Amino acid sequence: MSKLMNWKELPPCDTLAAKTAEAFETGDWRMGEKPVWHPEICIHCMICWISCPDSSVTVKDGKMTGFDYKHCKGCGICAKECPTKPNKAITMEKE
Amino acid sequence: MITVAKTGNEAMAEAMRQINPDVVAAYPITPATEIVMIFAKYVADGLVDTEYIPVESEHSAMSACVGAASAGARVMTGTSSQGLALMYEILPIASALRLPIIMCEVNRAISGPINIHCDHSDTMAARDFGWIQIFSENTQEAYDNLLQAVRIAEDKRVMLPIMVTTDGFIISHGMEKLEMIEDPIVKEYIGEKKPEYSLLDIEKPTTVGALDLTDYYFEHKMPVIEAMKNAKDVILEVGKDFEKKFGRQYGFYEKYKLDDAEFAVVVLGSASGTAKVAIDQLRASGVKAGMLKIRVFRPFPAEEIAKELTGKKAIAVMDRSDSFNTCGGPVFTEIRSALFDSQNKPSITNFVYGLGGRDINVEQIKNIFESIRNVGKVPVVNYIGVRQ
Ligand code: SF4
Ligand code: SF4
Repeated sequence: MSKLMNWKELPPCDTLAAKTAEAFETGDWRMGEKPVWHPEICIHCMICWISCPDSSVTVKDGKMTGFDYKHCKGCGICAKECPTKPNKAITMEKE
Repeated sequence: MITVAKTGNEAMAEAMRQINPDVVAAYPITPATEIVMIFAKYVADGLVDTEYIPVESEHSAMSACVGAASAGARVMTGTSSQGLALMYEILPIASALRLPIIMCEVNRAISGPINIHCDHSDTMAARDFGWIQIFSENTQEAYDNLLQAVRIAEDKRVMLPIMVTTDGFIISHGMEKLEMIEDPIVKEYIGEKKPEYSLLDIEKPTTVGALDLTDYYFEHKMPVIEAMKNAKDVILEVGKDFEKKFGRQYGFYEKYKLDDAEFAVVVLGSASGTAKVAIDQLRASGVKAGMLKIRVFRPFPAEEIAKELTGKKAIAVMDRSDSFNTCGGPVFTEIRSALFDSQNKPSITNFVYGLGGRDINVEQIKNIFESIRNVGKVPVVNYIGVRQ
């Protein structure tokens, strides 16, 4: 852990720089399961991207490209919401 | 200067018009309703550029003020009593975020029993939330204090929210002569707000109001404590500058025939006008009576007040609210504590008066002087004007 600031070193007015959550790797919260993407099934609807609470679905040029496992906490929302049938383009699997 | 006749509420609404804040969020409550009601008319008539947010409660009003001030806006509101109480949850957030929100607060008794008249229980209950608190004796002071409040609150050394108070009905609805400063001069006097940060600044994005646990909460309270200390210097500087520009004198307190007084009362708000009459009558009959009228209650000018009161024979502190602590009202405990280190302490007695708008008159204040002249004969805490 970094050294704690004293009160005179704090940023002014109880503010923090934005996007500090990026440095906080929530990926180590996963409890043994991670989402796995099956690109051959994916229709790039972006439902997983908009549903992920940790912005951990990675996207390039409007196409889903996989997961940021450093921050994905394994909640499974993306797998649940993925609409493809009969097989889902995201499944939760053992790490 | 323009001489007009205005009630306290009208004077505050006029000051708001001249300040022309970016945002006003408010909810009506007696006896403060008129301030924001008159101001809403100014908005509707296009006399100001303000975004007026009519909200569903005072809790929402203060929340909207915090949001708008975080976005960098100059923000004002007005309230009283239960309305202020409904804001309590948000008040310390405004000071922690260092948002110089400006509030017109009309002192009114806190329920229950439900009551709409003046005492100081609402404002006193908000004294430990990191807001600067300024009391006014009359309409003129309410107007002048509100203009100075902008400069005090927004000073870079301070950056704290501020409430300027009047006394419910006595000042808020009492019509008096008011010397108003011309609009362009006020505009120049208050200047433009330069916020420390803005949520709308996408070039420099910030997180505001993050969670603080055992590791940082304490550190985040220290800047507020420091800012309150700075506020003492700034209040005096702003007061001096105001006097230089407009001729009316403002400091932490006003001394009325105090320097050579042997006996003195300490008063806040409208009752100080009554006390002045009582003191004049006592002086005419040879009693060396005087008064210290406190204008700034937060930050509390303890050392300065101690210097003024030390060496007096006896002091009566008049409190228009009770602390229910069995040992005196909020002003009394501050004054007594301020005098603790003085070598030549006066005897100090507390008189709680005027709860729920109960009248206080010249005779009663003369009786207070009579009581303290017989040092040791009265209890430490007294309740006057109550049937017992
Ligand atoms: S498992 Fe949860 S955190 Fe991970 S990518 Fe899916 S929705 Fe996001
Ligand atoms: S929800 Fe499923 S189909 Fe849609 S983009 Fe995500 S993985 Fe592909």
